[in-house]
Amino acid sequence: MSEAIQPRMIDFKPHEIPLEDFDISQRELWSEDLKMAYFERLREEAPVHYCKDSEFGPYWSVTRYADIMEVDSNWQDFSSEPAITIIDPEEDFPLPMFIAMDPPKHDDQRKTVQGSVAPANLKNLESTIRGRVQTVLDELPVGEEFDWVDRVSIELTTQMLATLFDFPFEDRRKLTRWSDVATGGPETGVVETEEQRREELMECLAYFTRLWQERQEQGLSNDFISMLAHGEATKDMSPEEYLGNLILLIVGGNDTTRNSMTGGVLALNENPGEYAKLRNNPGVIPNMVSEIIRWQTPLAHMRRIANRDYELGGQTIKQGDKVIMWYLSGNRDERAIENPNEFIIDRKRARQHLSFGFGPHRCMGNRLAELQLRILWEEIQKRFHMVEVVGEVERVPSNFVHGYTKMPVVLHPL
Amino acid sequence: MPKITYIEHNGTQHEVDAEVGVSVMQAAIDNLVPGIDADCGGECSCATCHVMVKEDWVAKTGSPEEGEESMLDLNPERQGNSRLSCQITVTEELDGLIVDLPEFQF
Ligand code: HEM
Ligand code: FES
Repeated sequence: MSEAIQPRMIDFKPHEIPLEDFDISQRELWSEDLKMAYFERLREEAPVHYCKDSEFGPYWSVTRYADIMEVDSNWQDFSSEPAITIIDPEEDFPLPMFIAMDPPKHDDQRKTVQGSVAPANLKNLESTIRGRVQTVLDELPVGEEFDWVDRVSIELTTQMLATLFDFPFEDRRKLTRWSDVATGGPETGVVETEEQRREELMECLAYFTRLWQERQEQGLSNDFISMLAHGEATKDMSPEEYLGNLILLIVGGNDTTRNSMTGGVLALNENPGEYAKLRNNPGVIPNMVSEIIRWQTPLAHMRRIANRDYELGGQTIKQGDKVIMWYLSGNRDERAIENPNEFIIDRKRARQHLSFGFGPHRCMGNRLAELQLRILWEEIQKRFHMVEVVGEVERVPSNFVHGYTKMPVVLHPL
Repeated sequence: MPKITYIEHNGTQHEVDAEVGVSVMQAAIDNLVPGIDADCGGECSCATCHVMVKEDWVAKTGSPEEGEESMLDLNPERQGNSRLSCQITVTEELDGLIVDLPEFQF
C-alpha cells in the first residue's frame, strides 16, 4: 500500500475547541477527513449537541447509535419534511420526493415503486447484473494504473440505474451527471452557477418526460418509470414531483453504492489481514458486504425536524428544530458495536449498522445494493489477487455524500 | 420451555426451546434459525424479522400495534397473518407456536 493514503496529519485540535463552538458540518472537516475525531468527542461529551450557528443555520447533532435509532424510527415526532439533508431546500425550486414526505403520502408513493427492487424481482435481475460486472471487470487493464471510481464504481452503478429505469443504455452517463448535479451546487465545482444547475435538471425532466409518455402508452412493466406512470399514487404527479422522485431514485441508487464499491477496496488495502481472510474464504463475502457498508456509511447523515419538544440524551430539542442524525458517527459507537474502528470482514452481527437508516424510510434499495456488492466481490475474487490502491484517494467535499471522486489502483492477476 | 417451530420457505422445519420473556425473533437468532435478519435488533424499525403466524395461533399472538403495523404495511410480501417476530413475546401460552418464514426479508 502506498503511504499516500495514510490519514493526513494536519494541525487540528478537536479536544481543545470549546464544545459550544463545535460545528461538525464545516466542509473543511469533510474534505480533509478530519471529522472522525470530532465525532468521537461529541459521542463522549455531548451526544446530543446543539450548534447555534453554522452555514446551514442552527442544528442538533445526534451522534450515538441508540439515540439515532430512537429518532429515525419515530416519524411521528421527527418529520422528514421538507428535506432530508442539512441544507435547507430552495424555496423557489422545490423537489418533492417521498424520502422527504411523512406517512401516509410517503407510504403510498414508496409502495408504487418498491416492487422493482424487492427481493423477488432482484432474483430475476441477478444474472443481468453478473453479466455486466463480468464485462466491466474483463475490460480493465491489468498491471497498469487506472481510476477505480470511474472505470468500475461509476460504470457499474450507472449501468444498474439504466437497467432499473429501462433507460437508453448509450445515454447512461447522463444519469451520472444528473446525480452529481442534483447533489452538488456551485460550491462543489460540479456546476458553475445555480442557473446552470437548474437548467441541467430541467433537461433531466424533459428527457424523462419523453420516457414517461412512452411508458404510459405501453402496458405496465417492471421499470421505475413505468411503475410511476401507471401507479395510482403517482400517475397524476406534478412535474416537480416527478423530477423530485426521479432524482431520489437516481441519487439513491448512485452515489451510495458507488462509494461502497470504492470504499471496500480502500478498506481492504488499509487492512491487509482482512484481504488475506477474503482470499482464503470467499464465503465471507455477504458478511463483508455489510461490513463495507457500515465502514463506509455512504450517506453520512439524514435530517429531521422536531414536531414537538422532545427530551433526548438529557437535552430538550424544541419543536421546529433541525436534528441531524450522524449515521457515520453512530456506526463508530462502541456502545453499540464492538471494536467499531476496526474493519472486520467476518464481524458478528455485521448487518446491525445504521447506514440504511431505520423506520419507514429505511433504504428501499438496500437489498439491491447488497446484491450488487456481493456480485462485484465474487467476480473480483475470481480474477484478481489484489486490487491495489497506488495513490491518494480524492474525497467528495460534502458532509452528506461520504465518498470518493478518484482512487488510482493497479490490478494484480491471480 | 415453550417450543416454537419455524418453517423456512423451502419447508425445512426448526423446532426450538424458547426462553419465556424473549421475543420470537430473539429465540430464532439464539438458536441459529436461518431466514430472520433482525437488522435493527428488535426495535420494530427494519421489518427484517417478518414471519407469518400459523392460522390457529393468530388469536394467541394478537395483532400488530400501530408502529409494527406501519412497518409491516410497507412490505410487499405482507400477508394477513404477517407479524414482526421481535414484537411477539414468548410466553408459556405460546408453547407449540408455529410460524412460517417468508422467502425473502426486505
Ligand atoms: C450502500 C448503498 C446505499 C446506502 C448506504 C443507502 C442509504 C440510504 C439511507 C440512509 C436512506 C434514508 C433512511 C432514513 O431516512 O431513515 C435511504 C433511503 C432510500 N434509498 Fe438508499 N442507500 C443505498 C442504496 C440504494 C439503492 C441501490 C437504491 C436504489 C433504488 C436506493 C434507494 C433509496 C430510496 C428510494 C430511499 C427512500 C426510501 C424512503 O423514504 O422510504 N438506495 N437510503
Ligand atoms: S428486528 Fe427489526 S423490526 Fe424486528
